Amino acid sequence: MSSTSHSALPQALASEGLPAHVEVRPLRHPGPTNTEPKAVRIAIITLALAFLALCIALPVVSVFYEAFKRGWLAYVTALAEPDALSAIRLTLLVAAISVIANVTFGLIAAWAIAKFEFPGRSLLITLIDLPFSVSPVVAGLVYVLLFGSQGLFAAYLQAWDIKIIFALPGIVLATLFVTFPFVARELIPLMQEQGTAEEEAAVSLGASGLSTFFRVTLPNVKWALLYGVLLCNARAMGEFGAVSVVSGHVRGLTNTMPLHIEILYNEYQFVASFAVASLLALLALVTLVAKTLLEARLAEDAS
Amino acid sequence: MITETLSLPVGRQRSVIPGFGITLGLTLTWLSVIVLLPLSALFIKTSEISLERFIAIVTSTRTLHALQVSFGLSLAAAVLNLIFGTIVVWALVRYDFPFRRVVDAIIDIPFALPTAVAGIALTSLYAENGWVGSLLAPLGIKVAFTQLGILVALIFIGLPFVVRTVQPVLADLDAELEEAAASLGASRWETIRRVVLPAILPALLTGFALAFARAVGEYGSVIFIAGNLPGQTEIAPLLIVIRLEEFRYADATAIACVMLLASFTLLLLINRLQRWSEMRGTGA
Amino acid sequence: MSAPLFLKRLAGAAAVSLAFAAQAAAADLTLLNVSYDPTREFYTEFNKAFAADWAKSHAGDTLTVRQSHGGSGKQARSVIDGLEADVVTLALAYDIDEISDRGLIAPDWQKRLPDNASPYTSTIVFLVRKGNPKGIKDWDDLAKSGIKVVTPNPKTSGGARWNFLAAWGYALKKNGGDEAKAKEFVKAIYKNAPVLDTGARGSTVTFVERGIGDVLIAWENEAYLAVNELGPDKFDIVTPSISILAEPPVAVVDKVVDKRGTRALAEAYLKYLYTPAGQELSAKHYYRPRNEAIAAKYKDKFADVQLFTIDQAFGGWRKAQKTFFADGGVFDQIYSN
Repeated sequence: MSSTSHSALPQALASEGLPAHVEVRPLRHPGPTNTEPKAVRIAIITLALAFLALCIALPVVSVFYEAFKRGWLAYVTALAEPDALSAIRLTLLVAAISVIANVTFGLIAAWAIAKFEFPGRSLLITLIDLPFSVSPVVAGLVYVLLFGSQGLFAAYLQAWDIKIIFALPGIVLATLFVTFPFVARELIPLMQEQGTAEEEAAVSLGASGLSTFFRVTLPNVKWALLYGVLLCNARAMGEFGAVSVVSGHVRGLTNTMPLHIEILYNEYQFVASFAVASLLALLALVTLVAKTLLEARLAEDAS
Repeated sequence: MITETLSLPVGRQRSVIPGFGITLGLTLTWLSVIVLLPLSALFIKTSEISLERFIAIVTSTRTLHALQVSFGLSLAAAVLNLIFGTIVVWALVRYDFPFRRVVDAIIDIPFALPTAVAGIALTSLYAENGWVGSLLAPLGIKVAFTQLGILVALIFIGLPFVVRTVQPVLADLDAELEEAAASLGASRWETIRRVVLPAILPALLTGFALAFARAVGEYGSVIFIAGNLPGQTEIAPLLIVIRLEEFRYADATAIACVMLLASFTLLLLINRLQRWSEMRGTGA
Repeated sequence: MSAPLFLKRLAGAAAVSLAFAAQAAAADLTLLNVSYDPTREFYTEFNKAFAADWAKSHAGDTLTVRQSHGGSGKQARSVIDGLEADVVTLALAYDIDEISDRGLIAPDWQKRLPDNASPYTSTIVFLVRKGNPKGIKDWDDLAKSGIKVVTPNPKTSGGARWNFLAAWGYALKKNGGDEAKAKEFVKAIYKNAPVLDTGARGSTVTFVERGIGDVLIAWENEAYLAVNELGPDKFDIVTPSISILAEPPVAVVDKVVDKRGTRALAEAYLKYLYTPAGQELSAKHYYRPRNEAIAAKYKDKFADVQLFTIDQAFGGWRKAQKTFFADGGVFDQIYSN
């Protein structure tokens, strides 16, 4: 393991209000004066593992346990069922749209916020954060208030015969709302930390704004961007509350994976329900693989 | 108003980098469409009821109790996440142990798992006949369908916020500082208390506040494990749903508005904390 | 200006071509049935039967009946907010009244079909652990201390409101119409409830899978389904001496079918519920058929119980909703002190 692991990423992510960061550097080996007695170390590790086991690992294990209770065949059958496939397709579509929209917005917002000083900047950041703390129930409700047939825009929507809620656009909007901060908040602190020197140099050498962005800024933030995408994607696929309000629950049409899970559960099809749920839990493993790849790449870059 | 103050580049240092106007314009537009416009619908709907009615709704014993349950248990969950989250981060960053990477990865699971699945899984574990609940039952501890159950669900969804906020800061902490403190004769505990803790404190507070803000609004995972008894285990988001079931949208949005304002205040506080930490960072 | 105009023309052209398609002999038809939770198994089978029947008289049509299930109140709200349901088949008349109040369904909807527009009925029974260890026989046993009762939250579950009213109606009958005594009685039952799940299926899972409670108050059809699906050897069904006649109503959503041009199809769909074939299917899924011949055929399947209707005991759903389940109503009073 190379010790020159000073990439910009972890540095820049420091102390910002992000829900999640990638820890990319290899473990630092502390000196003898720099660590605790062995007994304390073991106690802390045990405590940490016990807590994680009880609060996170066990629920996940129980999901897989329930999913495979009747064996592989039941598991695969549950996933191959047409309504399940249609839910998976819809979820993938919604997640793809959300990720693309959030990446575009995240990069634009991060550019404006991180590369320039202007008044009201921290208010703007707070507004971007806001969806983190809005109850999913409320996040769905607001779109009903806007686009429902009793809503503010009802007259226009009816005149044009445009359907937003209880159709794909409503599901996408609700998902966009809840995933709104993920990419932007991952990028902003990093781009702030990196400063503007490289961009200024590029511009003064005659590069255009766009080519500065693509040749200088983007390569510097690519890993943070990727991690933001992973988180945004996970949240987009897993969103339940907000989407449940605007979906209409029409089988094979507007049911996403989390809604399909609920339906199966309510039909006492526990194995099928947990089988679909386990697919979403597997997403975390995708994150694991991606992180491992990131670390490998960074180590390569450093050497 | 907000838009106006934001788009004025007053006091902005003259920058050679292009694109300020257009990127800020696009940011504000997108933010308005996806976040501000929908949230303003809440306030418009709430304005349909009179001020007296609004006050009556949000100060009724039922509402106050639900808010108390949501805010109180979220606070407790955030405190526990702060304590155990720090221990987890410490173990992950400072020590090596088998499957460290795997352990690190599962922290993100609460983000990916639909909240309803989390709720169902936690309920089946902590119910009296569940893997964990059956161990606790002989001790007289009931988790599922009590406030303790709500607490467990809120810890589950809040933990990654604390861990992922503190982890990079601790990982980034300069080892030399600790070594210097040690060589000056400070004990290990003193070093941690006077060198390490102040450095990660802003991140700890930020993680705490985020976990708290997230927990206050949580619905999907909680309703399965809560029991939902009015005045005992009824959370504020459930009360919003109940008002909707009564076809009283304005009453529902009134409660939602109170929660939204509380969240907004919290997040402003978070960003203050970040500023504070940045300033400390540059000052040191 | 020109772009929207173009779009409007395009939409117009599409509509015209659709109209042509509809006139042609074979059509691509869809029907959306927005229903509540416990009917999914029934309608899955019923939809197949109806599609087969429709195909007989409309050769060449491809008919897709789509289903949406959820809590009755939530489903009603979705329809009010724009979910384009051709027909609604909900748990209680109050929810359809709410849709009707918004002008989507004609006010006389309950008179347009026979039997209060409820093609099948059910009643409220008890599910107990095998062998009935707590000896639960009637409503009185539910109010005894030390008995744990599982029932959903009447605020969020339409089905649970029937449970509440069944208990109330029993207490009224027993105490000669004394409302104060009925309130005490129902309060004692809810005091025995350790959990109020948000939906009926949630309560069943709590009782069956989590092992909570001594008795589950459930719809008859739900109780039978739970026994069949989750363990015939683990539970018994107990029928109380008096219970409520639960009448889940159905209606065509006028505004939607007129817009979509599906009125004939939607009306045929609901009428099919009343045919012997439809009634057979409802009996198969443990809903009590209205058709007397079919009801006689399945007599052994349903226990003999003295039933009262909501109109007799409470003067209809609107009144019951206001008295018992509105904010500050009897249910809230039970929990407020």
